[in-house]
Order: sequence, then C-alpha cells, then structure tokens
Amino acid sequence: MLYSENGQFKSNHRADLAIFPIREDRIAIALLLLAAFVIVPVIAPAYLFSAILIPFLILSLAALGLNILVGYCGQISLGSGAFMAIGAYAAYNLHTRIEGMPLIASLLLGGLCATAVGVLFGIPSLRIKGLYLAVATLAAQFFADWAFLRIKWFTNDSNSGSVGVAGLKVLGFAIETPAQKYLFCLAFVCVFALATKNMVRGAIGREWMAMRDMQVAAAVIGIRPVYAKLSAFAVSSFIVGVAGALWGFVHLGSWEPAAFGIDRSFQLLFMVIIGGMGSIMGSFFGAAFIVLLPIVLDNVPAWFNLPIGTALASHLTLMVFGALIVFFLIVEPHGLARLWSMAKEKLRLWPFPH
Amino acid sequence: MKLASITLAAAALLATDLALAQAKEQFFPVLTYRTGAYAPNGTPMANGYVDYFKLINSQGGINGVKIVYEECETAYDTARGIECYERLKGRHGGATVFQPQSTGLTFALTDKAPLDKIPLITTGYGRSDSQDGGAFKWNFPLVGTHWVAADTVIQAIGRKEGGLDKLKGKKIAYVYHDSPYGKEAISLLQERAKMHGFDLLLLPVAAPGVEQKATWLQIRQIRPDYVLLWGWGVMNSAALKEAVATGFPREKMYGSWWSGAEPDVKDVGEAAKGFNAVMLQHGAEPESKIVKTILAQVHEKGQGSGPREEVGQVLYMRGVMSAMLAVEGVRRAQERFGKGKVVSTDQVRWGFENLALDQKRLDALGFGGVMQPLSTSCADHMGASWTRIHTWDGVKWTRAGEWLQADDQIIKPMVKASSDRYVTEKKMTRRTPEDCQS
Repeated sequence: MLYSENGQFKSNHRADLAIFPIREDRIAIALLLLAAFVIVPVIAPAYLFSAILIPFLILSLAALGLNILVGYCGQISLGSGAFMAIGAYAAYNLHTRIEGMPLIASLLLGGLCATAVGVLFGIPSLRIKGLYLAVATLAAQFFADWAFLRIKWFTNDSNSGSVGVAGLKVLGFAIETPAQKYLFCLAFVCVFALATKNMVRGAIGREWMAMRDMQVAAAVIGIRPVYAKLSAFAVSSFIVGVAGALWGFVHLGSWEPAAFGIDRSFQLLFMVIIGGMGSIMGSFFGAAFIVLLPIVLDNVPAWFNLPIGTALASHLTLMVFGALIVFFLIVEPHGLARLWSMAKEKLRLWPFPH
Repeated sequence: MKLASITLAAAALLATDLALAQAKEQFFPVLTYRTGAYAPNGTPMANGYVDYFKLINSQGGINGVKIVYEECETAYDTARGIECYERLKGRHGGATVFQPQSTGLTFALTDKAPLDKIPLITTGYGRSDSQDGGAFKWNFPLVGTHWVAADTVIQAIGRKEGGLDKLKGKKIAYVYHDSPYGKEAISLLQERAKMHGFDLLLLPVAAPGVEQKATWLQIRQIRPDYVLLWGWGVMNSAALKEAVATGFPREKMYGSWWSGAEPDVKDVGEAAKGFNAVMLQHGAEPESKIVKTILAQVHEKGQGSGPREEVGQVLYMRGVMSAMLAVEGVRRAQERFGKGKVVSTDQVRWGFENLALDQKRLDALGFGGVMQPLSTSCADHMGASWTRIHTWDGVKWTRAGEWLQADDQIIKPMVKASSDRYVTEKKMTRRTPEDCQS
C-alpha cells in the first residue's frame, strides 16, 4: 500500500531508465542520503564514526570493487587484499615523496597503480577460470605481501616497515575529526557507488555479465573476452585500490602489510558472497554483516551485564558469527541483497497478495 | 511528611555517595589477546596486569582512588585494537593510559593518542625512537625498547667471546618475526655490525611463524656463530624445535624480551636447555615480594585471574610491572595535582614524564630485585636501559648474572635521527621547554 508503483506511469525514455524507477525508492534514498550527510554527523558519537561507520564505508567500497569482478564478471579473485595494499602504499609514496600533492589526487593515483597491477594479474584470466584463477590471484596477494615487507623503497626506508600519514587536508580543510573523516569517506563511497551502478547498467556492464553467464556465447555475439575481462579487472582493482588507500590514510593512519593480508582478501570475498553477488546493494549489506555483527555480538555481554570473560565472549562471537553465516547461506544462497529484493516484491503486493 | 523527608534525605545521601564513588574512580582500559595465535603469551600478561589492579584496589586504591578497569579483546589484530581503543577511550570518565601490547597497534595509536590526549605506555616494544619526549609527547616506552634489547644482547655476546673486538668476522643470524615488531631492531644491529665488523644475516620468518624449515636450512648452510631470535608467540617454540632438529647449539641462541618466557620453551622442555634471552629488567620472579603479596592478597582470596602457578612467571610479571608503571604514573601525578584526586590524562602524562622510582620506592612496592631504579624526564621517556640475560635450564629460567646497560653513544644519535625524521614527515614541531612544565 505504502510501497507500490500503481499510478506511476513512465511517459518518456528517460524516466524508464532511471536508477530508481519507483517514486518511494527515490524518496527513501534521498532521505537516507540526507540522514547520512546531515543528521549522522551531528548526532553520532565519536565511537560510532571511528570504530563502526568509517570501517563500514571503506570496506563497502572495497566490496563494491570486488563485486564488479566476482559478481558481475564472474572472475573469482583472492587478491583483493593485495590491490588494497598497492593502493595504500602507492598513495603513501605519492603523498610523502611529492611535495604539495593534493590528498584526493594521491588516493586516486594510488587506485590507478592498483589498476595497473590488477590488469597484469588479470591476464591469466584469459586462459584459466574458476578455482585456478583464484589460485593465480592468490599469487598477487603473496607478491604484494612480499614486496611491501621486503622492498624498503616502498616504505620510505622506515625502521620498522610501518608507514603512516598525518595532517590530511582537502582544499585547505583539515580531515582530522572522526566526523570529517566520515564525511570524506562517505563522499567517496557515494560517487563510486553511483559510477559503478551506471557502469553495470551500461554497455560495459552488459559485456561483463555476458562474460559471466557464458563466455563462448558472448564471444560469438561479438564481445571481446580480452577487453571485457581486463576492463573488469581494471575497474575492480581501481576501486579496491582507492578503498585500500582510504583504509590506510583515513582509518588506520599508520599501517603495515599485515593490515592487507590474506585475511582481508577472504573477508572481502565473504562480504560479496554473503551480501549478494552482482548487486550494488549487496556490497553494503555484506560489509555491514561482516564489520558490524562481530562488534555487536562482542558488546552483547557488556550490555546485559553478563559476567563472562573477554576470551569466552570472543570465542562465542566467532561461533555465533559462523552459525549466522551458515544460516544465511542456507536460507538464501544468493545473499542478503536477494532477501532484500524479495521483501520489496512482497511489499509491493501488500496487503493484497494474489 | 516525616516519611517523605527521610526518603528525601536517604536519596540525597545515596546521590552524594554515588557522586563520590564516581568522582573517586580512575579508569584503566586493558587491551588483551586471550584468543588467536598469540593467546598463550597474551593470557598470562593480561592476568598479571589485572591482578595488580585487584591488589591495589584491595589495598584501598591509589591514595583512596579506586581503579576501574575493563578488558577488550584485540586478538593481536591492529584493526580490532583500534576498535577497542575507540570503545574504551571514553568509558568511565575517560581512559587514563593505554598499553597496546602490540607493536603494530602502537604505530596506529601513536597517531591517534595525541589527538585524544591519552598517554601510551609501551614497555619494551613499539617505536624505539619514541623515547624522545620532545617529538613523542604521549608515548612512553618505559623500561626499554627493541634497540636497548638488541644493543645489550650484542654486548652480552661480546662478553661471552671475551670482548666486543672478538666479534670481528663472526656471523650472527637475526631470525625475526616479519612485522614491525621484528624489524625494529634491525637498524641498531646493522649499526653494531658496522662498528665491530661482524656479519649480520637477516632471516625473516612470515607471521605467525609456524613454518621455519627454509630459515633453518639456511642456518644449517651458513653456520652462523650466534642466532638472535626475535619471535613472538608460537614462532619461538617452533624456532627452538627447528634448532634442535638442525643441531644448532641452544647456548648460542639469544632471544628477545618477548622470546624468553615459559610458553616459548615449555613444549621443547629439556631440549631447549641453554637457550638465552635478554630481559628488560625483570625475568621470572617467583621469589619476589610482589609475587608473595599478590598470592596472599589476591589469589588466596579467590580473586586471582589465572592459574596460581603462573604467578611470578615471565609474562605474568610483565603484566604486573606494566600495571605498576601505569599506577605509579597516576600516583606521581597525584603528588603534584592533589593526593586522592582523580587525575586527568594531561596530569598523568606529567606523572609519567616525572617518574622517580628509586630503590627505596621499588623496595616498598615489592619490586626490589625485580627491576632497577627508573626515572624519566620530559626529554627521556624511557627512564632506564638496563637488561639482564637469563637462561633456560630445562625446568626454569635462571639468571646468568650481571646487569647490562645499553650504550647511549649508539642509541642517542639513532633516536635523534629517527625522531627528527618523524617530526618532519608528520609536519609537526618539537616541544618547547615551556611545554615540558605543563
């Protein structure tokens, strides 16, 4: 009743092509953006920003990038941690070595470096697929770990191999307080989400999906696999690289290669699988599930004043978290995004289902 | 009417009581890792840390100010540690001091703590250059750093050989945890290698360090004269097992402060006999007064956090000593800013900057024989650079002998150069002398 497209007629081509064809959706998204940009920065406490919202936004961005590759183009990758690392270290080197380098330029150029490496490691995808490709991208992970641990030039010859940045500024505004950092990340996420949505709706996105669904058929109708696959690798690793740079610059401040280890790659892949492959919304759901749930579960004993030790609480968190993953994948193997769209379908007919 | 007034009075009394109770609490966040790959080492440390707070509270707190503490599990993971830091920093009226218990997390918090104005204590880990209080206002690597440990371990080897000049042409292999923790000491070892003309072979081990076959194959081929082991957690026992398998003499192995505890050698037992480790002051101290006090006043009353037999072991003592330093900082701050009052983080920083733990004070605290006197200043945030070597005799750690002191002639210029670089990299300015009075 509240959510129905009855009476909303599309009278021109433009309206038909809108990202959100239903008016209620447009209103909901507008309200969400308003809340995210205006209300949250005013009311949220610092803990919410630094520990929850900023990591959630940055990892959503990374999951979004990975979703292009895995969800839209069907190429499994276990190297996303590596592309995050390349983005972060490249941005760090550009930012510290070049005097007066603007922050946004460093982040984007960091993403471009990740793109170059991503395309390089994407080349094997032209010949191998599935599990074998996963193993090939795993090589990217170990290569990046090795490079940033061993090659001292990348870490600016620091004693410990740990690097860091401080005094972030954009156009003269300092990015210092948690709320400023949050807005900075939010802006990045919004721009990239919009760009991605448009890309996957466009010609290039259709090529990726054709490639995912059946490579031979796609090639027959004139889609070049080389172009389609490598462009997916390029776009995906660019976004993941920018997310990595943000993770280092904005969230951690100082980092070491362990911040972008194999665990991070798996975490991102789980986000995509649990959130929903081939869905922009799914990337956000997945990131929320993986980032927020452990923190929430970890806090439950404290909220109810249960006298259990931190070790036990931590183990319980892992068990509950694991059980929930299994539960969700059994109930809906297509991810949380599918649950979401089913809910919307039901809501359209409510309260008069056929 | 009468009843109402009585209730009112009672309520008022309760309110003031509550207010008093709130005003008289100093909050100490506790970052622990009781789970994950490093749990065997993290758990006794956390138990010691918390037991010391329990002891102080049972003795009436810090001049009447009760200690409240809350644990947060980091699993030795930097991102989780940051979440814990953000979660705890504002609780119970604000955190007094953080002890990250991880070099990686220390690096991340070094950037955050100055913004929140919360001091960090990093006993024997973290940034070695942070002993320079002029550049690192909020960092306190009390008791020592990786550079102190590395410097004195070379001195100890020199003594064993009969003089540092005898090191010329010797081969020393440095087997380290491939993370900031393991890498921090390299620059100092290279400096020493240049001075004395020994060959330094760097052999990194990927974290967590279970797999070391390739490393020890290299050691078998190169046949170094000594092996320095900078491991943490399971890496240490794995290295010792490999040393046994390769036949490398354990007497010629020297561990770091974090490589010489009971969990590291327990599994290897008798075969680890002869393995040495450099201790930044304390080692296993089952006979010390503080251990007896904790046993009597905490464990006897059923308040102990862990098993009774770990009290006095190396890592437990590390927790106890870390907690003692945190508490003494508050006590020192109270001396200046008001006894029996809750102190702010700025005041506690002053306390850490002006710690003066002389022999008399240490004896009174029950730490006589456990550690050497320590006194900090605005410029020197470390306070002391004494170490001792202890050796595993197959059953327990025994102390081999005399105190060693790090060579300031080597460390000072390195600290200066590194902290200068930090200051320029972060576009900061050094603290002025006036700032030191604050």
